[in-house]
Amino acid sequence: MQRIGVFVCWCGSNIAGTVDVQAVSDALAKEPGVVFSTNYQYMCSQAGQDMIKNAIKEHNLTGVVVCSCSPRMHEATFRKTATSAGINPYMVEIANIREQCSWIHKDMAEGTEKAIVLGRTAIAKVHLNAPLVPGESPVTKRALVIGGGIAGIQTALDIADAGFEVDIVEKKPTIGGKMAQLDKTFPTLDCAACILTPKMVDVAQHEKIRIFSYSEVEHVAGFVGNFDVTIKKKARFVKEDVCTGCGLCTEKCPQKKVPNEFNLGMDNRRAIYIPFAQAVPKVATIDADYCTMLKTGKCGVCSKVCTAKAIDYTQKDEFIEEKYGAIVVATGFNPISMDKFDEFAYSQSKDVITSLEFERLMNAAGPTAGKLVRPSDGVHPHKIVFVQCVGSRCASCAEKGKEYCSKICCMYTAKHAMLTRDKYPDTDVTVFYIDVRTPGKQFDEFYRRAVEEYGVHYIKGMVGKVSPEGNKLIVQGSDLIANKQLKIEADLVVLAAAIEPDKSARPLATMLTASMDTNDFFTEAHPKLRPVESPTAGIFLSGACQGPKDIPETVSQAGAAAAKVIGLLSKDKLTGNPCVAHSDEMMCNGCSSCEKVCPYGAITYQDKEFRGPNRTTLIRRVAQVNEAVCQGCGCCTVACPSGAMDLKGFASKQIMAEVDAICK
Amino acid sequence: MQVNEYKPKIVAFCCNWCSYAGADLAGSNRLSYPAEVKVIRVPCSCRVNPMFILRAFQRGADGVILCGCHPGDCHYTSGNYYTRRRMALLFSMLEYLGIEKERTRVEWVSAAEGAKFAQTMNDFVATVKSLGENKRLEDLRCKR
Amino acid sequence: MQKITRETLIEKAKSLLADGTVTRVLGWKKGDFSYDVTPAIFTSVEQMQNDFVYSEFSGANFSKYLIKETKKEDGKVLVFLKPCDTYSFNQLLTEHRFDREKVYAVGIPCEGMLDENKIKKAVGDGILSVCCDGDAVKVETLYDGVKQLNKGDVLSERCLNCKSKKHVAYDELLGEDGEVIDSNRFDEVEKLEKMTADERFAFWQNELSRCIRCNACRDVCPACTCEKCVFDNPNSGVENKSPANSFEEKMFHIIRAFHVAGRCTDCGECSRVCPQQIPLHLLNRKFIKDINAFYGDYQAGAEVGSRAPLVNYTKEDLEPSEAVNREDK
Repeated sequence: MQRIGVFVCWCGSNIAGTVDVQAVSDALAKEPGVVFSTNYQYMCSQAGQDMIKNAIKEHNLTGVVVCSCSPRMHEATFRKTATSAGINPYMVEIANIREQCSWIHKDMAEGTEKAIVLGRTAIAKVHLNAPLVPGESPVTKRALVIGGGIAGIQTALDIADAGFEVDIVEKKPTIGGKMAQLDKTFPTLDCAACILTPKMVDVAQHEKIRIFSYSEVEHVAGFVGNFDVTIKKKARFVKEDVCTGCGLCTEKCPQKKVPNEFNLGMDNRRAIYIPFAQAVPKVATIDADYCTMLKTGKCGVCSKVCTAKAIDYTQKDEFIEEKYGAIVVATGFNPISMDKFDEFAYSQSKDVITSLEFERLMNAAGPTAGKLVRPSDGVHPHKIVFVQCVGSRCASCAEKGKEYCSKICCMYTAKHAMLTRDKYPDTDVTVFYIDVRTPGKQFDEFYRRAVEEYGVHYIKGMVGKVSPEGNKLIVQGSDLIANKQLKIEADLVVLAAAIEPDKSARPLATMLTASMDTNDFFTEAHPKLRPVESPTAGIFLSGACQGPKDIPETVSQAGAAAAKVIGLLSKDKLTGNPCVAHSDEMMCNGCSSCEKVCPYGAITYQDKEFRGPNRTTLIRRVAQVNEAVCQGCGCCTVACPSGAMDLKGFASKQIMAEVDAICK
Repeated sequence: MQVNEYKPKIVAFCCNWCSYAGADLAGSNRLSYPAEVKVIRVPCSCRVNPMFILRAFQRGADGVILCGCHPGDCHYTSGNYYTRRRMALLFSMLEYLGIEKERTRVEWVSAAEGAKFAQTMNDFVATVKSLGENKRLEDLRCKR
Repeated sequence: MQKITRETLIEKAKSLLADGTVTRVLGWKKGDFSYDVTPAIFTSVEQMQNDFVYSEFSGANFSKYLIKETKKEDGKVLVFLKPCDTYSFNQLLTEHRFDREKVYAVGIPCEGMLDENKIKKAVGDGILSVCCDGDAVKVETLYDGVKQLNKGDVLSERCLNCKSKKHVAYDELLGEDGEVIDSNRFDEVEKLEKMTADERFAFWQNELSRCIRCNACRDVCPACTCEKCVFDNPNSGVENKSPANSFEEKMFHIIRAFHVAGRCTDCGECSRVCPQQIPLHLLNRKFIKDINAFYGDYQAGAEVGSRAPLVNYTKEDLEPSEAVNREDK
């Protein structure tokens, strides 16, 4: 039996004005287990708190009920008071007789009666309270960033600048991501490489950052502050620490017919290659699918020309195990495949290209050295049609494209149109759009310039069909404002393909037990208030893996994610919330219902030995809650059919006792 | 006031993050609602087991209302989505058993919706009052 | 097509026992009366030849027994599964309740099981034997000789509304597999839904007040496999035993139905074993009907690993208020 003390607060006249506090403390004094009951002007004041402390000591109280303002206001205060008097803070319950009683009722009798019921309810709960101690877990003060695009780069730099070690895992041979492929960036039109490559160098030179390029995350175990990660370093057949990046091998390699993915297959590279001049790390990689030496054992040219002796044809995939306190996902995006959009003749004509391909065509380091020519015949195009929303906002054809807006296309299309008109005033540019969306600093001004200063023709309407005829492309579209069908003879058609999360994100989310939406974008812990954290503690989100984003947004989110990581890593120990779920192994059926509803992946299963009848042992599958990961929502407690799962601090018995007290 | 005015017993389960805060806001703004409503604070609406609701009726509650964050705004991201399914099925079952469907309700109340909280409670109490005492589910042994 | 008989099953068991595939057989055992058939473990062909029954009363669903059987360190157990049993079998696998490796499942066809209560009602007491021949059911009674009944009139409710003659799990199938049936199993629920609240209350009051809390429905239910049932657990807050008043049994049946909602395969065992003949399946079917209507068609146990509707959600789910105010019921 608990020894409970009841403390009724007047809150000046806030409570005492409509609640007879003396009557409440007198009535509650008669409740079972209550050994002390009093009232005071301001319980939260120093004098009030001292009153509680003294009573705890004097009357050997085991539980405290404070009838006062909302627990959201002073629960923490009174818990501290209890702790300083030597009882567990979770032995305190608050009866909210201000916000939910005195302030909403005018009649003294009514208010007093309700305050007594609320006090009785809190007493009924305290009878079943148990001391709770929050779990503590150490924090490994290192972070892992998955993905080495601008999002990953920025997050890594910010974390490393705060003094924590960061590893970047990038599946490609170099960091840089999509931004490295871009020509200019909106709305300022500065060159992407000029602003990105210095950051890449910063990463390479930062003493706190390690880059695992050409690597992937293979396995993740553990929980916030204590992740165990296995990284697969794929064999690149070049000793990274020996290669000087001179590039001689990439010139001498006889296998010249490898589609160059950096230029989206618009030109070729060798079997041994460095993706682009400013690659970081600047190390060659052998493409095992094309290397004659690796496939047939005959060649070895690169090895012969390499003065540094960096080539190693026997290299194997390497598995590295590391510990991290926090993991940042920055897996980015890709344009969707145009396979399902054959009405735009993408597969039929080389002169129908995607916007990213257009970026490469305009780029001085691209396949045409920056000369805008038709991929089919190398002739300068005089009429270009841009088609927006290809696969975006496809509500009616979800199996084909995406329901969401890809967000960046309006702006980069305006950029492409403007740059084309700027460099080639003789080229006529038409843009087909559903809506032009330009919310962003200097964005609408930018788009207006494309229309007003550069004379880009914007037509509201969709393109229905593109058909190659001779060396022309016939674009059939509708002009919704003029309400007429258009037929345009174009030399080049550029499709603003929707963007989607990288394919590696889904298996990664499974490994991390981080949740995703139906489009495979990672979901946030809270869409408004916690946008850079995953619901899974210790997992953070940076960049387009969370949703379509442009560069400034990505960079700010990357910084925000870094700030959250720094906040976590600067702690020596993580103190958990003790109000977490707990499974009674003797009752658990191992049915997995709780695991399925847990938003945090806090529940795992273990085969455990139990004593069976007649001195036998039985192996049973039982649920285990990781208290460091559980956030205490209690969803599992209801999903559990046997009632094995319960929530500390909000146990079924406690809630039912409250129900009973109210219904008495 | 009439001497023997029927006063229903109403149990309101409120999630800590939205609805309980909404109830507090109603209080701060001095928006009154009947004293028959007594709130039980739970971390999330998904903590509310159908057993709690039946228990309340068993012990003589005349109405049970469950308040949580608006769908999509759950502090725990998905708790209220499960609540929605559980309660849709439970309420439908209670109705199937002939229990007045007006005695149970789920309402989404955000921390900013103090007015909605008060309004909801006023409305719910009036509805339950018009139904009269809950005779179909109460356990007479539990009556004093 | 060879007809599957008792002998076919014994032959099958014989060969599987002989080649060591299984060490024992989970089958139906004859009781004091011909309609009184109970589940049993047979360890030899001799036992089977003496006591094994495969008749129109071999209704018991064995899936649940596998939980205990597969805990034994004694090789595989042979289990005979009718089409509807295989759904429970899959559902239990989904919930990791037994070890699939320790089971050899033989799918057997089912032509519908008879309801002994319906027969008793038709012919009175003193049934000596019941014999099925196509659509004719011949009942020999102690007092009245042989009476012939129409099979359709004495078929058990769940078989009248059979939902599937297709096996969704087995290692080996005897006979031919059937199809999923578009049954009328929700008609009865719909009829109740169309009543007024008062009528429904009166209906259920009448049905549920007969409950004697024998727990047979729970004990036979393949979805009720908790290590410890909340109704037996003094800590659960709902533990109770006696049907002392109008609420206890309602609470018991509502919570039981809710606990199995989304997991219940509608095998109908609860209604079969109820000594008070309470139509408990009407509670489960209400949940199934609602789930289908609210969240799209879902058949528990149709496939292993499917996510039950109550541990799932979509952002567009209907509101509880819409659930009780639907027009189309």
